[in-house]
Amino acid sequence: MALDSKIPEGPLKDKWTNYKNQIDLVNPANKRNIDVIVVGTGLAGASASASLAELGYNVKTFCFQDSPRRAHSIAAQGGINAAKNYQGDGDSTYRLFYDTVKGGDYRSREANVYRLAEVSANIIDQCVAQGVPFARDYGGLLDNRSFGGVLVSRTFYAKGQTGQQLLLGAYSALSRQIAKGKVEMHNRHEMLDLVKVDGKARGIIARNLVTGEIQRHSAHAVVIASGGYGNVFFLSTNAMGSNVTAAWKAHKKGAHMANPCFTQIHPTCIPVSGGFQSKLTLMSESLRNDGRIWVPKKMEDAKAIQAGTLKGKDIAEENRDYYLERRYPAFGNLVPRDVASRAAKERCDAGFGVNKTGEAVYLDFKSAIVRYGKQEAFVHGNKNPSDAEIQTLGKAAVAAKYGNLFQMYEKITDENPYEMPMKIYPAVHYTMGGLWVDYDLMTDIPGCYAAGEANFSDHGANRLGASALMQGLADGYFVLPYTIGNYLSKDIRTGEIPNDSAEFMAAEKEVKARIDGFMNAKGTKPVDHFHMRLGKLMWENCGMARNAEGLQKGMKEIKALKEEFFANVRIPGVANGVNQELEKAGRVADLMELGELMCKDALERSESCGGHFREESVELDGIQKGEAKRDDENFSFVSAWQWNGESGKQELIKEPLEFKDIAVKQRSYK
Amino acid sequence: MKLLLKIWRQNGPQDKGKMVDYNVDGIEGDMSFLEMMDVLNSQLIEKGDEPVIFDHDCREGICGSCSMFINGEAHGPGRNVTTCQLHMRSFKDGETIFIEPWRAEAFPVIKDLMVDRSAFDRIIQAGGYVSVNTSGNTQDANSLPIPKEDADLAFDAATCIGCGACVATCKNASAMLFTSAKISQLSLLPQGQVEAKERVINMVNQMDLEGFGNCTNTGACEVECPKGISLDNIARMNREYLSATAKGKK
Amino acid sequence: MANQGLLGSTIARKFAMALSALFLIVFLLQHMSINMLSVFSADTFNEVSHFMGTFWLVQYVMQPILIFGVLLHFILGFILEYKNWSSRKVKYANYKGSANASWMSRNMIYTGAVILLFLGLHFYDFWIPEIAHKFVEGKDSFIENGVADSGYRFYHELRHKFDGDIVRMILYVVSFIFLGLHLNHGFESAFQSMGARSKKYTPIIKKLGTAYSILIPLGFIVIAVYHYVTQL
Repeated sequence: MALDSKIPEGPLKDKWTNYKNQIDLVNPANKRNIDVIVVGTGLAGASASASLAELGYNVKTFCFQDSPRRAHSIAAQGGINAAKNYQGDGDSTYRLFYDTVKGGDYRSREANVYRLAEVSANIIDQCVAQGVPFARDYGGLLDNRSFGGVLVSRTFYAKGQTGQQLLLGAYSALSRQIAKGKVEMHNRHEMLDLVKVDGKARGIIARNLVTGEIQRHSAHAVVIASGGYGNVFFLSTNAMGSNVTAAWKAHKKGAHMANPCFTQIHPTCIPVSGGFQSKLTLMSESLRNDGRIWVPKKMEDAKAIQAGTLKGKDIAEENRDYYLERRYPAFGNLVPRDVASRAAKERCDAGFGVNKTGEAVYLDFKSAIVRYGKQEAFVHGNKNPSDAEIQTLGKAAVAAKYGNLFQMYEKITDENPYEMPMKIYPAVHYTMGGLWVDYDLMTDIPGCYAAGEANFSDHGANRLGASALMQGLADGYFVLPYTIGNYLSKDIRTGEIPNDSAEFMAAEKEVKARIDGFMNAKGTKPVDHFHMRLGKLMWENCGMARNAEGLQKGMKEIKALKEEFFANVRIPGVANGVNQELEKAGRVADLMELGELMCKDALERSESCGGHFREESVELDGIQKGEAKRDDENFSFVSAWQWNGESGKQELIKEPLEFKDIAVKQRSYK
Repeated sequence: MKLLLKIWRQNGPQDKGKMVDYNVDGIEGDMSFLEMMDVLNSQLIEKGDEPVIFDHDCREGICGSCSMFINGEAHGPGRNVTTCQLHMRSFKDGETIFIEPWRAEAFPVIKDLMVDRSAFDRIIQAGGYVSVNTSGNTQDANSLPIPKEDADLAFDAATCIGCGACVATCKNASAMLFTSAKISQLSLLPQGQVEAKERVINMVNQMDLEGFGNCTNTGACEVECPKGISLDNIARMNREYLSATAKGKK
Repeated sequence: MANQGLLGSTIARKFAMALSALFLIVFLLQHMSINMLSVFSADTFNEVSHFMGTFWLVQYVMQPILIFGVLLHFILGFILEYKNWSSRKVKYANYKGSANASWMSRNMIYTGAVILLFLGLHFYDFWIPEIAHKFVEGKDSFIENGVADSGYRFYHELRHKFDGDIVRMILYVVSFIFLGLHLNHGFESAFQSMGARSKKYTPIIKKLGTAYSILIPLGFIVIAVYHYVTQL
């Protein structure tokens, strides 16, 4: 079966406008008779719920957290991109589009990305109108900073808490609709299945996480905005509850999973400190604006640091290897995330790592402190500042910019980053892959939509910094409200969807049986035990560098682990009440199946592109020697995997990618 | 590190609940408090007992889920940290640690250390927003310059994570710091001015309906707040409320 | 949602507490100042007392307001305490209030209750006899009714109360210490409740509050001790 991405006709820049002009609309009186379910309340889910409710639909929104405000979008730090060109540094819709496609290593769909760039400016207007307190300059206008992989300053931010501020903006819009009765909010509920009636998505089965009640919820359309699945690696920057279950249930009901192996490994995270660790913490990419990344030049220095006999700050300037600046003079420390992560791994694999396990590199603010210190002294009329004055002023300036991040770092590591260079290491952060969607953001189940990180659409094989927030809000505020209307315009005569049809009852029964299965498992081990092992084998075999042998091994090991899991897990307590182990068991079981598919997808794609690095595919000579080698001839497509009734046996369907408005080039940051 | 934990166990909202003692061993200083709880729960599960239920999610101090009252203080002895950011290096080997849920009539216990904080959502629903549609048909973001100082103050107020530590720590279980943070954020910005009067009245009324106590200005909330939300916000809310009442707003 | 009226909302109750508190703070200042005169000059003390006891504005306007203020402050204080107590019916097994708030701020109800008990004694000592003299017995300001030469009775009465009565003196001193503790938090709290807070003035208010909460009770203590000691 071929996939129809339903890209509108016409020139790239007119597609979205034409689309909006030509869609069918639903009259306000009819909207009142149409229900939409939204799963997830992150940027995409909350903004979609609020916007759809404002339009007049009856929205039922679900989140597993105790409040919609706690969705993990809240943890996004750095910022949100928008082609406002407020800085006058040459930005434009086209340039944002170009950077995003290039940053994604030419594995995303042109039309979708262009639309994203097009609506980006509106997001900022919208958020400011909602009272989101973005950073401003002394003139009272919005401030910008720059992020990896681009040459302009187009990132809007609110200190290191941009995601929080944007999510609270969307949450407030959602709250307004809840107060009006237009959104029926279900906190502490988890979607456990998608219900299809006559081939269309017509509802979900959800579990009330407080009472354990299994509920049937019907609607005319279902939006899955449940985020990404980085937790398949156990250790990631995701929240503990982040999971793939909602998306995976849709996949098993017929929605294709696209590019599941495209995982973003973020270069600036706090390194692992012990085997007990439950999650990794990101240090915003914005730190790379001022921080310089290095490892020792000399092996004996590296060894001494690993042994704890030498400190990074005591290594002389000439003995430091600023490897990003050395390898990528044009972009330096601001290369895209995948490039920076691989470069860190390369140095650590070569033995130059700077913590006891040799899995860390330095992010150093020494020169930024001096630079800012001199600048501040100059501004205050002190033309001949002493070193101590420079240090004091410089540290204050750095604190003003990154204070909360530095504080967070110190809390976790017990080291003062103003004095000692920070230690960082790459960690799983974001998943570019997700449910396959067409231009309307609809999966190939009619009426089932996917938005935000849950879909695959805009980031190709690598996402640029500050683009996830942009995409989540674009999908929810500005895309879905149009595209869903187009679909629902055919549903105005349907009437209320009964939730006691055979399909609903069957889905409910299946969910209950699965829960009973977990409760009756006669094992002894907690769910986390298996989750940790899954994570470890995914990291080893399907992590930053992948090869065919490892991927095959990974698939085999996951299969074995899955069997052991069902035989040996123990779920204490009861199903009809709060049971966090039961919740985790369902999620981990789905993550295992997903892990298998990720390995399968990574194996199939024997090129290197973006965050997906196949050791078999590297440049062998020339200036790009050692860099990832993309294979456009054979792999310029989206891998969409169709469920075939058994885990690991999905069938590959290719959606070819065509680039008409952008020249496909080797991605060079040299 | 070896610890004696005294943990509140309560099977459900109707259950009476009690403090139960647990011993844990092999705790390292680099563990976060919640990772220490993970260790305990793993042990409990392997013994066939029910793990201790607690809310947690992001584990980086921003989602506001985690909510433990540790040794008599909200989020434990650290300052400007949530429970998930509290590390075991703050405790001594052999120490006894009390772990209790947030306690307030407005935050009923669901199970063990998990409480229902939906009262906070209802306070926001009463007016914690700017009534603007999400259509995107708004004016250009830079057509409304906002003095940096106001924007920064609004941001500081807006960093509240809604964890409820202020209520938990307040001897009166008052929610004024939480409520005032949102009111302050919006009243400091021109976008929020239009409906500022109705907002403060409605949100304060909802706060009262939820059964939170009355602020007596002890200042404990500000000290325990993981985000350092200032008492200035409560003063600002008081001003806004009094002036709205004086103008006869309902 | 309807506004809950003057005392219906938490903030309005705070405001009422603060307003009555500020009135009482002003009252205490003048009370202490006038009483302090008794240490320096019996005659001046008598003159002023006579004036305060006979001037219509003080007697029939300020005094009822004061009584109302005192009653409001106490009754509302207890209502607040009850409401606050019932906002957390299940208490913590371990609650470390001292970690984040001063003893004074956490114990306003107890310091207030002590002051209320003291007021009972104080009224028994001075105010009830005074009212009885004036309005029941029809006495005027002189020791012998109608005989101006016998001198004003106020200083005389004050001295009499502390003549050799060490228990009374100690009760007064202890009560004033509690008053100080109550004022220490109450002064700045009243400003905060009314929303009067700024970077510039709040530090000044705090210093003023500390000074006030020490000086006023200290003044009262000096007066009580002086009259006891000088009659030994």
